[in-house]
Amino acid sequence: MSGLIIDDISMRFELPDGNAVQALKNVSLDIKEGEIMAVLGPSGCGKTTLLNIVAGFLAPTEGNITLGGQVVRGPAAERGMVFQQGALFEWMNVRKNIGFGPRMKNTPKADIDKRVDELLGIVGLQDFGEKMIYELSGGMQQRVALARCLANEPEVILMDEPLGALDALTREKMQGLVLKLWKETGKTIILITHSVEEALLLGERLLVMAPRPGRIHKEYRLPFAEMGVNADLREVKTHPEFGPRREEILSMIWDMEEEIMGRTESAA
Amino acid sequence: MTILLIYIAIFVAAYLIVRLVARGVAHATDFTSLKTVTFGDESAVTADRTASVVSVVAIFLIWGAFTGSVISPIHAPGPFVGDTSFTYTAEAEDGSRDDATVSVRVFEVGTEAEEPSIEPGDGFAKDDSAKVGAWRSVLIRVDKNDEIGRGEGAKVVAINGEPIAPGETVKLADGEVTLSTKGTPNFKPNQGWQMEPIWLPSPEAVWGRIVEIANTGYQNSTLLQHLGWSLFRVVAGFAAGALVGIPLGYAMGLSSWFRGWFDPIVEFMRPVPPLALIPLVIIWAGIGEVGKVILLFLAALWIMTIAARSGVSGVKISKVHAAYSLGASKWQILTQVIVPNSLPDIFTGARVAMGVCWGTVVAAELVAAEKGAGMMIMVASKFQLTDIVIMGIILIGIIGYGIDILMRMAERWLIPWKGRG
Ligand SMILES: Nc1ncnc2c1ncn2[C@@H]1O[C@H](COP(=O)(O)OP(=O)(O)OP(=O)(O)O)[C@@H](O)[C@H]1O
Ligand SMILES: [Mg+2]
Repeated sequence: MSGLIIDDISMRFELPDGNAVQALKNVSLDIKEGEIMAVLGPSGCGKTTLLNIVAGFLAPTEGNITLGGQVVRGPAAERGMVFQQGALFEWMNVRKNIGFGPRMKNTPKADIDKRVDELLGIVGLQDFGEKMIYELSGGMQQRVALARCLANEPEVILMDEPLGALDALTREKMQGLVLKLWKETGKTIILITHSVEEALLLGERLLVMAPRPGRIHKEYRLPFAEMGVNADLREVKTHPEFGPRREEILSMIWDMEEEIMGRTESAA
Repeated sequence: MTILLIYIAIFVAAYLIVRLVARGVAHATDFTSLKTVTFGDESAVTADRTASVVSVVAIFLIWGAFTGSVISPIHAPGPFVGDTSFTYTAEAEDGSRDDATVSVRVFEVGTEAEEPSIEPGDGFAKDDSAKVGAWRSVLIRVDKNDEIGRGEGAKVVAINGEPIAPGETVKLADGEVTLSTKGTPNFKPNQGWQMEPIWLPSPEAVWGRIVEIANTGYQNSTLLQHLGWSLFRVVAGFAAGALVGIPLGYAMGLSSWFRGWFDPIVEFMRPVPPLALIPLVIIWAGIGEVGKVILLFLAALWIMTIAARSGVSGVKISKVHAAYSLGASKWQILTQVIVPNSLPDIFTGARVAMGVCWGTVVAAELVAAEKGAGMMIMVASKFQLTDIVIMGIILIGIIGYGIDILMRMAERWLIPWKGRG
């Protein structure tokens, strides 16, 4: 049993000018193995901070994270991360990038090659193994990033706006791929996004965060991810419940954004 | 000044001609030529190779034209060479005057010449003769054969009928005459527009020197030995600098203690030009090879240290994070991420360092050396062998350029991902 437990996390950044930013306050979550959770929220509400804490790049000022009963201290291979872009190693070709994790563990070369071939097939890049990273389009690069993460067999996959830089069409295909991989591999996935639609489509659980201090505002359990595994994502979007949900969350985030604007205006 | 104007004229003329020719044959096919916004779009500006070729040809043409070279079809007017004459009027103390002719033979420096033979003529002022090399001038003691000379109170009062006083100048067809303060005419033939070989030898003279020195050597070493020694010093000094500087730069990029410790030293040494260290290095290590390699080591060291440091700081934190979450150890992060990521910066630094080292070695050899490109031109300049000096400068330039081209080729081959991260 390897559930991810986020236990009463708070994060305070002390700024050099003496002020402090309360990026997260008393955030608690219990994520079961194999769940996919989308995180939404206005800019600056601490989504990236939360993910960095889970990944182990940051230590929270209060609280702790446990994965399968083990307290998280620092980054490790069990928690893989997919970045928005620019985190691939441009001095290696696609195969070398995907095989990076297993290579670090001194996995036999034959095993790595087999695994890489398999993953190249899964993400649809069979013919691009020998290409260099800068020869690929943005969407292909994100598929490589996904494959690189999967090659390492992590228990939890963390994604910070992995599809943010892609065009609408590529993005839709990638969303389908994420759902497919989720179902096939049974991994726990936390995915940050700015797109309400993407959050609805991919989030079995959907977390809306509020800023200042960053905290959980509302949580949903949604059926759309499960539907999307077998159906066309565009069909899912026509589901009678989809539209109202989207409007509800959109206006919620709009209200928060407006409140922030109002606060900064009155402060000025 | 005139040369600058001629140069600008060639620049404009070549541009207009090439544009005119290009318009006839241009096909708008490649991407750049289809861009409508080129002014301000840096990527649309590439070096026009026609311009480069014309530029080099223009330099040689101007060089040839002003040195009377065979490579240039047109020449600037050369100095006057040949026989000429002028008359002077001497006035005795009693006021009586007499004219006499001075025949002058102007010869090319380096050739044999004799004074023209003349008859003394009549009157108390006798005719004179003199010889002078082109671009030189000659004091002609016109009174020394006169019946009434300077000692008897006679003085020169006119040249070619024009009155003249000490310090004044009279222009002639083929030159000019200035009366010295003591009253002796000083004849200076017309210099023309060309440069005298000891100021600027012609291109073929320089080429001749290159061939000659390549065959017979100069100052006890062949040309290849001179250049080879300079290159060897550069490579040795640079290698030593890189060997110490790169690990030091990595350490400064990875450890606060190292950065704090070496920051003052590096930042202090960085603005000190290597040339300023030459005297100190000579005092400490003498003028031998050790001193030169130490100097070049110091020249390369700071550049390589700073390049490696900025290469490490330039690594995107998301790449390091990604490597950690893929299970890499610190050592693996260093060898798999930080080192390859810093290679472009290190290569840029290496190119700069090689350039600085090459410049520094020449300067150091100018100060003191027994062999080397700089020593060659220094010794040659002492003997006014301008052609060897210019040959040396050209070879130094070519080698420096060659080094940079080699480094760039290596860069393209070794780190094709540069600038594409
Ligand atoms: N290293 C840091 N030092 C100081 N403050 C920080 C630091 N990192 C984040 N913050 C602050 O913490 C808050 C949350 O930042 P975070 O990057 O987590 O937001 P986010 O929700 O990911 O925003 P976005 O949607 O724009 O990516 C912000 O107010 C930010 O200014
Ligand atoms: Mg963020």
